This record gives sequence, structure tokens and C-alpha cells, in this order.
Amino acid sequence: MRLPLLALLVGGPAHGYELKQALENLLGAAYPQPNVGQIYVTLGRLEKAGLIEGEDVEQSDRPNKRIYRITAAGRETVDAWFEESTAEPRVRDEFFMKLALAPHTGTANQIALINKQRRHYLNTMRDLSKLAAGEDRENRVAQLLIEGAMLHLQADLDWLERCQEELE
Amino acid sequence: MNQDEPSGPIVRAAGLVKTYRPEGAAPVHAVRGVDLTVARGEFVAVTGPSGAGKSTLLHLLGGLDRPDSGALWLDGRQVDGYREARWAELRRNHIGIVFQFFNLVSNLSVADNVELPALLAGRSPRQARAARGELLDELGLTGKENSTPGELSGGEQQRVALARALVNTPTLLLADEPAGSLDSKGTREVLRLLARFHQRGQTILLVTHDARMASAADRVISFFDGQVVDDAHLGGGRHRPEAGVADVLKLKG
Ligand SMILES: Nc1ncnc2c1ncn2[C@@H]1O[C@H](COP(=O)(O)OP(=O)(O)OP(=O)(O)O)[C@@H](O)[C@H]1O
Ligand SMILES: [Mg+2]
Repeated sequence: MRLPLLALLVGGPAHGYELKQALENLLGAAYPQPNVGQIYVTLGRLEKAGLIEGEDVEQSDRPNKRIYRITAAGRETVDAWFEESTAEPRVRDEFFMKLALAPHTGTANQIALINKQRRHYLNTMRDLSKLAAGEDRENRVAQLLIEGAMLHLQADLDWLERCQEELE
Repeated sequence: MNQDEPSGPIVRAAGLVKTYRPEGAAPVHAVRGVDLTVARGEFVAVTGPSGAGKSTLLHLLGGLDRPDSGALWLDGRQVDGYREARWAELRRNHIGIVFQFFNLVSNLSVADNVELPALLAGRSPRQARAARGELLDELGLTGKENSTPGELSGGEQQRVALARALVNTPTLLLADEPAGSLDSKGTREVLRLLARFHQRGQTILLVTHDARMASAADRVISFFDGQVVDDAHLGGGRHRPEAGVADVLKLKG
């Protein structure tokens, strides 16, 4: 949340609600959208850290709004963010733990666990397909986000198949 | 004994068994007792690891291979006792098959590949041409009529195979990895087509490794070692779509 907001502010000063809208337009409906409260809290922290500066602007008919602009330190932080490589998505550790520990409990059956997990993934995959169909086709970024999630899920399903082959 | 079931499902299989006995090698129990029902208009996907017996099952359902035992009804007709000639007739008129390895006729043009099954089913050249034109159009292959399969990309060949399987508006479409070697974008293309035909009421049994394709189906059957290990209806039940999706995106984001 912190870094995406900072990166948006590189494009020019904005207030909290504008930033929320910019994020929504960019990422589409698929991405879990932060609420406006979270955005204001994050902006407050960024300001305290000296990465952005806020300035109150008077409005005739409404309460003042605070416009934020990025500072030199903020700019450096964004550059560093793009500079560093990004961690790969982590493996499904919780499911893996269940699978590994099932034989020790005597109650959970590994194959039943796998089947259940597969159903869950397939349903999620279906939801993602629907989201992709509902999302604006022209919003490349949003479409790619969903496609990425689907390909990851495909890998998870392939891995489940391997588990089943080995454990059956 | 023949027991037709006029108002039955499109596919009903009971206790299908197929064991291959290659000479000088151990027998392969490819299909080990499968019960399966596919209702009219249903879209069923079969997934499972390589060698699980998926293609064998599909071949049994299309009469391309005969079971050692078990019974099979297609659209109410008991077909397990059919001889080759009757199977061939049944396939021509009622079953469309997309093979795992295309099986296009390499020295025929795209147009002829698609028209051939229509002509074999007794339609006039004019009807065959019209049906072919419509399908190629729909599958985005206009302009490729005179190419031979060798001149097409893998994805285009897959779509020609799909057109060929659909040209006689079959009661049942059997599709074995119809997006086999395609990349993510090509797979989505084939998927879109299958979904469109399904929406128009086409009954489909799809074999696929691709979970995206499988999740477009109403039901996903997991096949392991010649047996059905899970048969899941999708989209039902009490899962919360938004939360599930958000989790995935967040985790991976
Ligand atoms: N004609 C045949 N003669 C002998 N064995 C065969 C024959 N056809 C298939 N088999 C064997 O039967 C088993 C199931 O094969 P099948 O082609 O049905 O698997 P599959 O699930 O479709 O695999 P894939 O995902 O790789 O296509 C395999 O062990 C295969 O070697
Ligand atoms: Mg196969």
C-alpha cells in the first residue's frame, strides 16, 4: 500500500480520494481495494516519515482537503523499490502443513484434503474467469493481473496433482 | 440384451473397464471401472495426470476403442454392443471428436477438412460449404480456407479441429486437450469458443490439463490411475467468491 501510493504521487500531487480512484482505475475490480480510511492512515505515516508533504487546501463548500506531494526522500524510496527484485509468491504453506501433518492426526485423510483443496482452487479459478469477463477488456493491467493469478493457481493445481500421484 | 433409455442422459457409462495387453509387456489397466453420467447440455471436464487413462476413457465413449466390460448408453441408446459400422455412423451423425493430436488430413485444405465430415454425413456440398463458412468465420479462420494444416500455427490447427468436430452439430462433443500445446492466450481463445457453444446448449466432455479450461465446465472429474477420484460441481455450494479471489490476488500480489 505504502509504495504504490508513493509511486502514484511521483506523477504529481494528489489528495487521498484521488489516489484511491487512481488505484481503482489502474488495477480494476479484481484487486482488493483499500478503503479510503486505510489510504489516509498510510498517507499520515508516509508524511511522518518525511516521504511526502501535505498541505491543507481550503474549500468553500466542504472541509479542507489535504494535498500531498512527494519529497526527495520519497522519490529515492520509490526508485529503490523499482531497483530491487521482487520476492516470488510464497508456496501454499498452510495447506502444505495440513497435508504433511494429516497422517499424524489420524483423522484427516490426505487424499480427501487434496480433493477438497482442488475444488476450492477450481472454484476460485472460475471466479477469476468471471472477473476477467466482467473487467473492461481494454484495461490491460487489470486483465494481466487476473491472468497472473490464474496461472499461479494453475501451478498450484498441477502441484496438487503431483501430491496426489505421490500419495495415492 | 439391448436396453435403450429414450429419455436418458447424453452419456451413461456403467462399470467401464479397458485393459491394454501389449505383446510381450505387462497389461496396462487404463480404465478400471468407471461410472459416469453426462446430462444434456452439461459441460464436463476430466482432468488428471499423464497416463491416467483420460484419452482411453474418451475413446471408449466415442467408440474408438471397445471396453472389456461395462455398459454404455449415448443419448438413450445402448451402444456397447455396436459393431464398427454402426459406431462409424453414430460418430458421423452424433458425436464430434477433437483428438489430442489434431488428426487433420494433412493434404486437404482447411475448407475440405471441415467439409468432409459433413459430406460423409450425407449433407449436400452446398450445405457443407455453408456450415463450414459459418464455423470458420466464428472461429476466426476466415481467409485460411485454402491453406493446408501444415501452413497453420498450432492454435489455428486446434481451431480447425474444433470446427471439424462441430460441423455436424453433434449431440456430444468429445474434446481431448483441444488447447494442448497452446500458450495462455491461445488457451483462452479455445476456451471462449467452447464456452460459447456450451451456452448454446452443446453437451461437452473435455479432457484437459489446464485448470482454466476445466473451471469453465459445470463439473470437473478428477481421474487418477483409471478411476474417478473426485466429481465436483463448480459454482455451487457456499463459497464466497469475492473473498476467495481477493485472497489469491493479495497472496500473489
Ligand atoms: N493402444 C495402447 N496400447 C497399449 N497401451 C496403451 C494404449 N493406449 C494407451 N495405453 C496406455 O494406457 C494408459 C493410459 O493412457 P491414456 O492415453 O489414456 O492416458 P492419458 O490420461 O490420456 O494421458 P495424457 O494426459 O498423457 O494424454 C497409459 O499407460 C498408456 O501407456
Ligand atoms: Mg491423453
